[in-house]
Amino acid sequence: MGIQWYLRHLPCFKLHSLVPYFFPNHISMFIMIKSCFVCFGYICTMVLPVFLDMYHINTTVFCVYVCIFVQYNDIAMLSSAVTVRDALNQALDEELERDERVFLLGEEVAQYDGAYKVSRGLWKKYGDKRIIDTPITEMGFAGIAVGAAMAGLRPICEFMTFNFSMQAIDQVINSAAKTYYMSAGLQPVPIVFRGPNGASAGVAAQHSQCFAAWYGHCPGLKVVSPWSAEDAKGLLKSAIRDDNPVVFLENELMYGVPFEMSEEAQSKDFLLPIGKAKIERQGNHVTLVSHSRMVSLCLDAAAVLAKEGIECEVINMRTIRPLDAEAIETSVMKTNHLITVEGGWPQFGVGAEILARIMEGPAFNFLDAPAVRVTGVDIPMPYAKILEDNSIPQIKDIIFSVKKTLNV
Amino acid sequence: MRNMLAIISNVLRGTASRNGAELVSEGARVVVSARTYADFTPQASFDIKKCDVHKLEEGPPLQAVLTREEGLQYYRTMQTMRRMELKSDQLYKQKIIRGFCHLYDGQEACAVGIEAGINLTDHLITAYRAHGYTLTRGGTVREIMAELTGRRGGIAKGKGGSMHMYTKHFYGGNGIVGAQVPLGAGVALACKYLGKNELCVCLYGDGAANQGQIFETYNMASLWKLPCIFICENNKYGMGTSVERAAASTDYFKRGDFIPGLRVDGMDVLCVREATKFAAEHCRSGKGPILMELQTYRYHGHSMSDPGISYRTREEIQEVRSKSDPISMLKDRMLSNNMASVEELKEIDVEVRKEIEDAAQFATTDPEPPLDDLCNHIFYNDPPMEVRGTNPWTKLKSVS
Repeated sequence: MGIQWYLRHLPCFKLHSLVPYFFPNHISMFIMIKSCFVCFGYICTMVLPVFLDMYHINTTVFCVYVCIFVQYNDIAMLSSAVTVRDALNQALDEELERDERVFLLGEEVAQYDGAYKVSRGLWKKYGDKRIIDTPITEMGFAGIAVGAAMAGLRPICEFMTFNFSMQAIDQVINSAAKTYYMSAGLQPVPIVFRGPNGASAGVAAQHSQCFAAWYGHCPGLKVVSPWSAEDAKGLLKSAIRDDNPVVFLENELMYGVPFEMSEEAQSKDFLLPIGKAKIERQGNHVTLVSHSRMVSLCLDAAAVLAKEGIECEVINMRTIRPLDAEAIETSVMKTNHLITVEGGWPQFGVGAEILARIMEGPAFNFLDAPAVRVTGVDIPMPYAKILEDNSIPQIKDIIFSVKKTLNV
Repeated sequence: MRNMLAIISNVLRGTASRNGAELVSEGARVVVSARTYADFTPQASFDIKKCDVHKLEEGPPLQAVLTREEGLQYYRTMQTMRRMELKSDQLYKQKIIRGFCHLYDGQEACAVGIEAGINLTDHLITAYRAHGYTLTRGGTVREIMAELTGRRGGIAKGKGGSMHMYTKHFYGGNGIVGAQVPLGAGVALACKYLGKNELCVCLYGDGAANQGQIFETYNMASLWKLPCIFICENNKYGMGTSVERAAASTDYFKRGDFIPGLRVDGMDVLCVREATKFAAEHCRSGKGPILMELQTYRYHGHSMSDPGISYRTREEIQEVRSKSDPISMLKDRMLSNNMASVEELKEIDVEVRKEIEDAAQFATTDPEPPLDDLCNHIFYNDPPMEVRGTNPWTKLKSVS
């Protein structure tokens, strides 16, 4: 009952004699599978043994190739997993195609394919008019983007990281966020500011700040912070279709992380509503509220705690402003304990706002212990790995905080 | 004898008033029209000052043709602007207008001349000294003054104030010095993108001219050949700092470096118009941006909180008023070329005064915006949402 038996029972058995003509060697076959992974995902699992036999590859060699292949590509070869980067790329592509007025500008977005490759392939497809490389002049090009939005276009303004948005923050707040109000509804500003936010790895103090709290402070802005690939795609599409200024906070460390995308999520009209949180994991003992990369840590911590019988409810905020306080309150009224987890600094941060709202709202009376925050350490980000690792929340910090809150 | 003359004049005057003022003015109107064809020069050519140029082969023409209709229209608009600003000064001193109020009187030729050189379908953006442009871009005096007094009939429903007035293709009124320049280039980018052969006029002052973001904008506008006319309204003072104390180079028309520039007499409406037409032609032909420096002067201080005499002398202000006032210049030109009569211009003055009085009346009696409007206009095209009030128990409603 080896490969030969399996071969005889395959539906495409008849075709396999043609294969050597199309795929002269096993490398080209792997490349073919890679480029059509979605469709071929299922077929490959059936057809693969054919090729293994044909090219006389034994199982060991095959496994080695798979490992190298998966390592090289950031997509799992034989599943429908999509990285956050590719989900963002899909969202951009689909929205550029759908509406002529949408265009992307920023540093290195066109010919370089994007500093983090998020806009890979878009310049080749849409050209200079829709994908614009700018000089290194944030205040200037952010202002130009806002002006274009005022005059009827729908720009996506990329900041290479949100640290550089500080150079342009006046245009984001005073020219974009406040204008619809100041004009009493005469002048909308349909713009998206996007880029990586928060800590990366080894980039030190000036390149690691989280701006969720700063932008979340201002009325007139919507501030979105996706976690998964599905979040990234659905929320970016909604942000682009939104007629208001949206600050879209991505995360560099999440770009390469693959997530399963449902059929629905892969459609061209897949949208996620801005302002609605998602419960990633149900639980009864404590509510963990988080956004962006920290959601991963919360889920990991929850998995560890589950082994000890502590069931955490993990809420992925998805949007910083408008904050889905109702989802958090409903959860707290169920679990009676609240911990917020964020990468940013504690003072006047996202967690501080959530805790204040819980204090002021109906959920306060349901708390069995003070609500607490797990945050980045209140220091500029250091460089040395050991110092950096200890500057942001780790899984053990979340577990420790849960146990303290539950008094176990 | 004197008695008899007095009686006769009374009778004549009585007759006139018995016929009714309407009849008299109707008669006058008839008389005026009759005079138009017979007596007034329909158009005349005027010599205008030569513009200094930078990176240009030639500048705008040295002669401008002015028709009677144009002349009367420019006169009316400039006079309306002047009286509106002076009325605002009064209302501010009566504390009916509050906060910021940056007045434009003295600079009328700039706004009127620029508008004469472009179309209403073109776009314009300026800084905070914006009342004049709001008017030329289609705003009414009523709406503008009601916005200054913060009433619901204001052009921004009372929510913007002096510095935040908007109309179609007019993007304000911007409070942050220099921020409007990249915005204007963005509007120009949209014009080019949408291919409608429109351009954007982007104004800033001599104080703003030193802002870094303006140089960033020059770079991108030039690189991408955006149809943008950058205009520096040089009124010699950035708040209280004279140009010599603020800029290492006061040749603002050259500061665009690789962008061609013109230095224009901003007190002469015809000079401004011809320069704007020249600049518009340059942009529309796809050559990219161009820069104009308008040398002008403001009679008021920087804003209503600045008397305007601590950094300049009363004599200087008086000299400009007597020698270079834009409205007087136009008036003299028209009268000396028989393009209008003194009475006609006086009549325009009277009409303008009435319009301003009506507007001021409206602006002082119109009610303030309703409190329900407090939280509206946060987001566009969004379902109604709740906004936190000053305390946790106060929940306010916001609709788009």
